[in-house]
Amino acid sequence: MPEPVLSTRGLSRRFGALNAVEDVSIDIGAGTMTGLIGPNGAGKSTVFNLLTGALKPSTGTVLLNGRDVTGLAPDRLFALGLARTFQIPRPFARMSVLENVMLAPPHQTGERLGGRFLAWGRVRAEEARLRARALEVLDFMTLGPLADHPAGKISGGQRKLLELARVLMGDPAVILLDEPAAGVHPALTETLIGKIETLNRQGKTFVIIEHDMDVVMGHCAPLIALAEGRVIFHGTPAEARANTALLDAYLGVPVDV
Amino acid sequence: MIGVVSYLVFFATVAAILAIAVLGLNLHWGNTGLFNGGVAAFFGAGAYGTLLLGGTPQDGHLGGFGLAYPAALLGGMAAAAVMAWLVGVLTLRLRHDYLAIATFGVAVAFETLMRNAEWLAGGAKGVRGFERPLRDALGDGFLYNLLFLVAVLVVLVAVYLFLERLIGSPFGRLLRAIREDETAARSLGKTPAQVRLTAFVTGAVIMGLAGGLYGTFYAFVSPQDILPTLTFQIWAMLIVGGAGNNRGAILGAFLIWGAWTASGWALSRFAPVEAQLYTGSVQFVLIGLVIVGMLLWRPEGLLPERLVVSQSGSSSRTQEGV
Ligand SMILES: Nc1ncnc2c1ncn2[C@@H]1O[C@H](COP(=O)(O)OP(=O)(O)OP(=O)(O)O)[C@@H](O)[C@H]1O
Ligand SMILES: [Mg+2]
Repeated sequence: MPEPVLSTRGLSRRFGALNAVEDVSIDIGAGTMTGLIGPNGAGKSTVFNLLTGALKPSTGTVLLNGRDVTGLAPDRLFALGLARTFQIPRPFARMSVLENVMLAPPHQTGERLGGRFLAWGRVRAEEARLRARALEVLDFMTLGPLADHPAGKISGGQRKLLELARVLMGDPAVILLDEPAAGVHPALTETLIGKIETLNRQGKTFVIIEHDMDVVMGHCAPLIALAEGRVIFHGTPAEARANTALLDAYLGVPVDV
Repeated sequence: MIGVVSYLVFFATVAAILAIAVLGLNLHWGNTGLFNGGVAAFFGAGAYGTLLLGGTPQDGHLGGFGLAYPAALLGGMAAAAVMAWLVGVLTLRLRHDYLAIATFGVAVAFETLMRNAEWLAGGAKGVRGFERPLRDALGDGFLYNLLFLVAVLVVLVAVYLFLERLIGSPFGRLLRAIREDETAARSLGKTPAQVRLTAFVTGAVIMGLAGGLYGTFYAFVSPQDILPTLTFQIWAMLIVGGAGNNRGAILGAFLIWGAWTASGWALSRFAPVEAQLYTGSVQFVLIGLVIVGMLLWRPEGLLPERLVVSQSGSSSRTQEGV
């Protein structure tokens, strides 16, 4: 088991009477491509929201590189190298695809009100560098030709790619992807997974929520399965195939296995 | 002839001053998505601030500090900044509709205070005793008004250029992102609350500048000048011109001010005498219809917001064949 970069201890979240996440204690190993699976409503996205500070846990803790980061705001966690994409993409609709991506890098001089006026040359140089890198990342994500389109006008699959492109600009160490392949054209899914594996080989840690079992079984390890808010399985894809508890959890629940 | 020219100068001066306020609102609403329902308060803070700081001492109310004009104008802008900062700190963390209600409330409270606190700024009678800058040298006639118009236009262009630079910068990109999706912006490490506050204060300072110029032009300000009607007019100007587009904001200011003036004139000329009492209300309804019509017909305004694109980027990229 590699050194954990991201862990939870006794993590729970209630919505009224519903225990959406209950007593989840997991370790995400550095450099892994961990798959998070489970039927609809199992609490997967809620776990992401708890990990990234979008929601506060009812109880339990979140550790990033061994440091307690429970309750830190999403912007602080992003600064610490933890990034996420959304299950339903959230593009900045009335901005170009390029601008969406150029926004992401932290500590831009020109982000301060006076930056544009007091450090004009520096901002210009930074912008040129950012634009070049943004176009590179967009090309990497096969979005290059769409750079000048409004992000609100691209397809659902392209929005998924844009989410990942944006996140990559911040160069985070840990990336949480919520159904990255949902809505992406099947022909593109393999390319997308290939890109993610490339990044993974370069040292980035991924946690991927995915319903497409081909993707999960073929590319993710280890796998963590949730059902009704609880961890019901943690192991390799081979072990998952043989696990009856896991099959039971999916039985009778319509998922595209 | 000179009467017409002189009237046009007067018209253009007021329109240009209002255009500056519309630019301020565009920074709030057009670029950042902040719903400011109390433009009149920040405009008023600038006007009152400038006149109280730069005027001659008056019996019975505060002010008359006789500061040099630039200092007085800056003081008026600072008053608007302080007001915006206080409102902002108290409300910007809250949802947008709270900001709308809070700013509207502040504007009503400010107007009520100015109307009733005679010791503060003359109450309903307003602030007098302000000497327009350089009046000794230029007199009170047409020449003065013409040069004042030129000065206002210079300020308008300066504010326009400042804002164009600003929204074309990474700061502007940040404002748009926060306007579009605050949650996504936070997930990318941005801090919306802080950025919104900066934008809110900056826009309010621009409104304060407009108010200061307005007070200077009339050498007088009273609660009548900061009624909710003003906020309404400035919103109409932005919506008609095009939220998110600074040129649209200026175009809208001149168009709506023209329509407002023309409708006032037409009503006073052609409406039956007994209806003339209600001229203001009729104009109010007309402007309301213009806003609604615009939102239905062309919600993005006459000059829609432009998308920031890769500029030289796309063509050079295809050449490199990446
Ligand atoms: N903000 C919220 N308020 C109330 N209930 C919520 C909220 N977010 C999630 N839930 C509920 O919590 C449960 C878990 O939801 P979650 O989105 O985490 O599931 P999921 O595993 O991601 O499902 P899917 O595969 O459909 O995306 C569901 O019953 C959902 O309705
Ligand atoms: Mg989900």
